[in-house]
Amino acid sequence: MSEPLISLHNIVKSYRRGQQTVPVLSGVTFDIAAGEFLALMGPSGSGKSTLLNLIAGIDRPDSGQLIVAGEDIGRLPEAALADWRARHVGFIFQFYNLLPVLSALENVELPLLLKDMPRRERRERAELALSMVGLSDRLDHAPSELSGGQQQRVAIARALITDPTLIVADEPTGDLDRESANDVLRLMQRLNDEIGKTIIMVTHDSRAAGHAHAIMHLEKGELSGREEVGK
Amino acid sequence: MLLSLIFRNAFRHKLRTLLTVVGLTVAVLAFGLLSTVVEAWYAGAEGASNARLVVRNAISLVFPLPLTYRQKIRQIEGVRGITTANWFGGIYKEPKNFFPQFAVEASSYLDLYPEYLLSEAERKDFQRDRKGAIVGEKLAATYGFKVGDTVTLKGTIYPGQWEFVIRGIYNGRDAKTDVSQMLFHWDYLNETMKIRIPRRANQIGVYVVEVADPSRVAEISRIIDNEFKNSNAETLSETEKAFQLGFVSMTEAIVVAIRLVSYLVIFIILAVMANTMAMTVRERTAEYATLKALGFGPRFVLLLIYGESLAIAALGGALGIALTFPVAVAFGNAMGTLFKVFAVSGATVALQAACALAVGFISALVPAYRAARVNIVAGLRSIG
Ligand SMILES: Nc1ncnc2c1ncn2[C@@H]1O[C@H](COP(=O)(O)OP(=O)(O)O)[C@@H](O)[C@H]1O
Ligand SMILES: [Mg+2]
Repeated sequence: MSEPLISLHNIVKSYRRGQQTVPVLSGVTFDIAAGEFLALMGPSGSGKSTLLNLIAGIDRPDSGQLIVAGEDIGRLPEAALADWRARHVGFIFQFYNLLPVLSALENVELPLLLKDMPRRERRERAELALSMVGLSDRLDHAPSELSGGQQQRVAIARALITDPTLIVADEPTGDLDRESANDVLRLMQRLNDEIGKTIIMVTHDSRAAGHAHAIMHLEKGELSGREEVGK
Repeated sequence: MLLSLIFRNAFRHKLRTLLTVVGLTVAVLAFGLLSTVVEAWYAGAEGASNARLVVRNAISLVFPLPLTYRQKIRQIEGVRGITTANWFGGIYKEPKNFFPQFAVEASSYLDLYPEYLLSEAERKDFQRDRKGAIVGEKLAATYGFKVGDTVTLKGTIYPGQWEFVIRGIYNGRDAKTDVSQMLFHWDYLNETMKIRIPRRANQIGVYVVEVADPSRVAEISRIIDNEFKNSNAETLSETEKAFQLGFVSMTEAIVVAIRLVSYLVIFIILAVMANTMAMTVRERTAEYATLKALGFGPRFVLLLIYGESLAIAALGGALGIALTFPVAVAFGNAMGTLFKVFAVSGATVALQAACALAVGFISALVPAYRAARVNIVAGLRSIG
């Protein structure tokens, strides 16, 4: 196997609550290869989101080494880290986090504002991304005019638009009914299968996790093994 | 897209934004009106000349000067012209109808005041008619005075009913000229007083002196005052401008109060707007955190918030400024002839705009700083 895309070594993270420190991750070590679709499971409060946030570069470990897409992101200064995220990470959130004043198309276009790209090209790309998630007929709809499942598909298009190295999804189906959840999960599977996107998905739903290649369990701040999903 | 994002954010809570804009509009309007009032107050002195000296009784303006001073002052070297004016203080129908009235030396007064423009025919008519009077165009417009009308004033300083016939309506040479006065013959006043209260006849309120060389004005005022030193009516000579400013400064406290109130109004709207921005930005914490997660820097977030705040402030400010003009006209009309000039100045508009933008900028200061620094993970957890 070649160089792993993501390499965590002895990652420690704790939060301060008043005087007390709450340990969340106590020495997590593992690698993820490019092209994986990994589900991260564990009980509520086990530190799944914390781990995902570290990998996505929106949080920093207390100690340990965190190399993602060839960059030691634990040591990048703030501005460089923001640039790094814009280049390498696509985000999918539980509550979609679309900007309510922008249309579906504009929401998808948004991350391209950070690239030096003419307006026309931004539009074309955003339309293409929305057609990939099956929303070509909803370009001008505001998020409030879309169902939860549709909003999450817009968010997936937004995560795709910059062609990131890695897509992180924190409970992407946590707020959806079963049918919409299945749509979203199938879509993520296709991204992984057809265009080889590396995906890390946090979920506490084992059915959702079944769509991934592999499942990792997190318990009390420690990884307790990896389980391949039989196809 | 950035601009449209800012504008759509600004109008997300339509009612909230509307109320803020209305508040700003009213505040900027009030500020503009109050500062116009203050300017109108000082405008009296602005039209005044530095080449004319006003010679009054040194003790107080309310004490008169003897008629005999006219010759003595006229003979002083450097004095080119002289005329007289007595404050009449009559009431036209009701006390609230205030306008200045002066009994003047009709033959010379207009020569010293070339800024009062009167047709040759009207000027002759005025001088020929002992009971004649001339009025400024603003005064005429306020009370509907026309040439040939008889106007009756009730005297306060000079008791009794006084009848005048309007013989002319004068215009101002420029906007600073007082066109709200009434001028009539001192001769008429004096002769009537000789009959009614003889001991108060032959008295002059002030002498107005024209100096040939304006640079010698200070020197000549000293010469005049020396001339009457140790007489029973000592004089105080000062330029017309200084004279008017002295008059204005009696009310300095009021002017200061008005200025204070006008800035207070701006301060209040600043507090309201700052609160609105703080509330708005707090509600959108998750959105700003999302933008930062996507790779947008703190500067983008600052731009969004300052942009929104300044857009709202600019809108309210522009509406307030636009409304100031018609409201000032209406206000000036309602005030009648109390202020001789009541116009919104460029300086006032500039101050209004500066206040509005300052409100927009300062309101965004703290919320923008906080939002730009928001911790992404904590921000994402806060569900608006
Ligand atoms: N900002 C924070 N301050 C204090 N404690 C936190 C903070 N974020 C997370 N935690 C704590 O860390 C633990 C793990 O949180 P999280 O990673 O969100 O868990 P999960 O996503 O697995 O439910 C929880 O006990 C949570 O209360
Ligand atoms: Mg979580």
